[in-house]
Amino acid sequence: MLTALTILVDGLVYSSWLFIVAVGLTLIFGVMKVLNVAHGGFYSIGAYAAAWSIGLYFQAGFAPLGAYALLILSAIVSGAIVGFVLERGLLRFVYGRDEVLVVLVTYAVFLILENLVLQIWGVDAYLAYQPDSGLGVTKLDGLAFSNYELALIPTAGLIGFGLWWGLNRTRAGKVLRAVIHDREMALAFGIDVQRLFTVTFVIGAILGAFGGAVTAPMISVTPGIGVEVIVLAFAVVVISGLGSVPGTMVGALIVGLCRAAAVHLLPQVELFVIYAVMSVVLIVRPQGLFGTSQPRRI
Amino acid sequence: MDRTTRALLAAAVLLIGASFLIPDWVIFLATVIVAKALVVLGLVILWRTGLMSFGQALYYGLAGYAVGLAQAELGVRDAFLLVGIGILSSAAIALVLGFLLARYRDIFFAMLSLAFSMIFYGTLVRSETLGSTDGFSILLPHFLGYAPGSRAAGHDLLILTVVLAAAAAWLVHRYLASPMGHLTTAIRDNEIRVEYLGYSVERAIRVKYVLAAALAGAGGALVVLAVGHVDPDSTYWTTSGEFVFVTILSGAGSVLAPFLGSALFETLRAYATDYAPHSWQMVLGVCLLLLILFMPQGVWSLFGRVRRLGAKDKVAS
Amino acid sequence: MTALLEVRNLNKSFGSVVAANDITVSVADGEVVGIIGSNGAGKTTFVNMVTGYMKPTSGTIEFQGRDITMLPTRRVIAAGISRSFQVPQVFSTATVADNLLIAYGIAQGTRYPLWRPLHHGARVDAVDAALERFGILNYRNLEAGLLPQGVRKLLDIAMATVRGPRLLLLDEPTSGISVEEKFGIMDVIMAALRAERCAVLFVEHDMEIVGRYAERVIAFAEGTIIAEGAPAAVIADPQVRRYVTGEPVGARRFRAAPAS
Repeated sequence: MLTALTILVDGLVYSSWLFIVAVGLTLIFGVMKVLNVAHGGFYSIGAYAAAWSIGLYFQAGFAPLGAYALLILSAIVSGAIVGFVLERGLLRFVYGRDEVLVVLVTYAVFLILENLVLQIWGVDAYLAYQPDSGLGVTKLDGLAFSNYELALIPTAGLIGFGLWWGLNRTRAGKVLRAVIHDREMALAFGIDVQRLFTVTFVIGAILGAFGGAVTAPMISVTPGIGVEVIVLAFAVVVISGLGSVPGTMVGALIVGLCRAAAVHLLPQVELFVIYAVMSVVLIVRPQGLFGTSQPRRI
Repeated sequence: MDRTTRALLAAAVLLIGASFLIPDWVIFLATVIVAKALVVLGLVILWRTGLMSFGQALYYGLAGYAVGLAQAELGVRDAFLLVGIGILSSAAIALVLGFLLARYRDIFFAMLSLAFSMIFYGTLVRSETLGSTDGFSILLPHFLGYAPGSRAAGHDLLILTVVLAAAAAWLVHRYLASPMGHLTTAIRDNEIRVEYLGYSVERAIRVKYVLAAALAGAGGALVVLAVGHVDPDSTYWTTSGEFVFVTILSGAGSVLAPFLGSALFETLRAYATDYAPHSWQMVLGVCLLLLILFMPQGVWSLFGRVRRLGAKDKVAS
Repeated sequence: MTALLEVRNLNKSFGSVVAANDITVSVADGEVVGIIGSNGAGKTTFVNMVTGYMKPTSGTIEFQGRDITMLPTRRVIAAGISRSFQVPQVFSTATVADNLLIAYGIAQGTRYPLWRPLHHGARVDAVDAALERFGILNYRNLEAGLLPQGVRKLLDIAMATVRGPRLLLLDEPTSGISVEEKFGIMDVIMAALRAERCAVLFVEHDMEIVGRYAERVIAFAEGTIIAEGAPAAVIADPQVRRYVTGEPVGARRFRAAPAS
């Protein structure tokens, strides 16, 4: 039965998922001013790596509990490798260039990553449902929520808190925020911006891969999941204001709740909801909810 | 008559002449190359304005579906009318979307255009009446009352495509030479200046966006008539990606460039299908990267470089 | 006779920063008015508001009797006001001639784009005449992005005059120009503008320039007008001395460096 509570919980679950998936994109854009279209590729790789390794894991007959650690591990490993190789091997050569050119580069990388995934894992669907089904369900007003889904909420909270703490309470975070504010000034102060970029990109890639890994048990992992996600992630990041982590949380919440309301009350518009929200936000506040407006030019 | 106009006329005449001698599969390939080049021509206009649309497939595919629906629901068979319907539907949607999109630049513009095309894709895939992922077939076109058989229809379609494309390219060429056309690079260089000269940048962008959509619509309509089928893939992001690729490959230097780029692209695709059938996206991605890194002005700039090498001895004015 | 430009009680704040505090300015047809003030005094903000680039928090701006306060820039331009910029705003990848051609193209309306290419005979002649008036005809085929600063400034101003404005606001026309060239450039500009019979409002830091070319001077400080009148009187005004020009060098006593 449909109540405000079920919509709320459903919304929170979806918002948490959106946040986990989109926050890596936000981080990379905030620090490096690069809109990384390849983020969709990180997501795909993370999902496939997780699904594949979990498949092997359960075939080998290990205890179910380890699968969760495996999820995290596969995300870290796949994200770190791909992120590091990309940043050091390609991206750092295009930093100064025209914004659209950089996006085109990440777009090309996305094409390559999507095909790489196809080459490595083929066209068949991968199913790794065990971590999801293993946790059982909770019934709320007659609607069944998988506990795994519900666990996304604290997970998102943890990631959000971790990023907040990292950015605001650690020295490295302060240095990062200096770079976000003014890259050249930071360089002038002797901050190793290059190394910072590499670290940030790798963290962003890991977060992207983690988004995929965490999603793998809930879906059938097939080619093409990356592109649906990149468009969604972009919408969330744009609504929140590019580069704002707390903004991404708020943006994800708004979109998630709107979508939940749409799915339960008006299913036909589900597809359009997020873009409608994005359009409305952009019309009212072009720089996004938490974005900074452009400085004066004349 | 300037150099470009002469070249367009010559190319059109040559192609139409050759069409009587070449085998059917080449006729088909030529039709697709020229039609897709129209889409890229539209993207070139936007690229000169500093904008890159990642979602032209929306208009490309929409026109195809409009053609199919016009045939199925309205019984329209005439090629001229069908292409016209395709162009108008795409232009109409672009007019509406343009009011939102023209406020944005750079990545916002790119990603918003992508988002809209993916919405359309999603709608098509969910629509059983429109054939979902299978799409539906397109009937042979008629030409002003005359209903040719399959072979002749293909030939006639190529001639129509070439004539349309040459006319469109010439019009775009004149457009780019006019003050409105110069408002492309001018906007890219300095929007504030344009406003301070008394012209609305947003309005200029909206006009160019509708133009690009109309061109994409023309290309889309012609291709579905040549192929005889329409499906949602024509609106998928990878289709948009291919158009972006050809835009970068061609460069924005001349209205002839997209035709060269499109021909090169189809050749590349033919080889890739033969030698690396499952790696098409990878090939595309790698080539795009190489282009951006080493030849960001596109292949057309090579002509410029050759010409400049020859003129190196002249004293700079 | 109604003034050409009538600004009344203009206010503008950016958060807690007051950029314009009850500004009232009147400019007559053909007048040449200088605006002085230290950095951050609100001069450019004033120019931005008059040309519609920014909207005031309150107050009105009337041009030829018409309220233009809330109009967007392009409508203000169409009404007959124009401006040049502190940092010259030109189309950097286009040639000098093309820059002006585009300006003319827009001014003449772009209603029949297909039949009249940019490089249309009559238009090119008009452009060359304008380049001649501003003394930069030699640079006509050079890419605007490669121009020396002075030429770029002149191009910027030339572009602003294309529509034959009745009021032209020049934002620091000689900034970034070497001392020897300043007067030369101002002579060229003012001669070209006098031929157009357009009123000029120019923002300047160089008091000699202000003294030589302005009929009337308005002094800004912290968003407020602190003095207004003939150039000599305003420059000598004690408030202006305090907030804008500072004490003359001769009167200052240098303190010896502190013993370590």
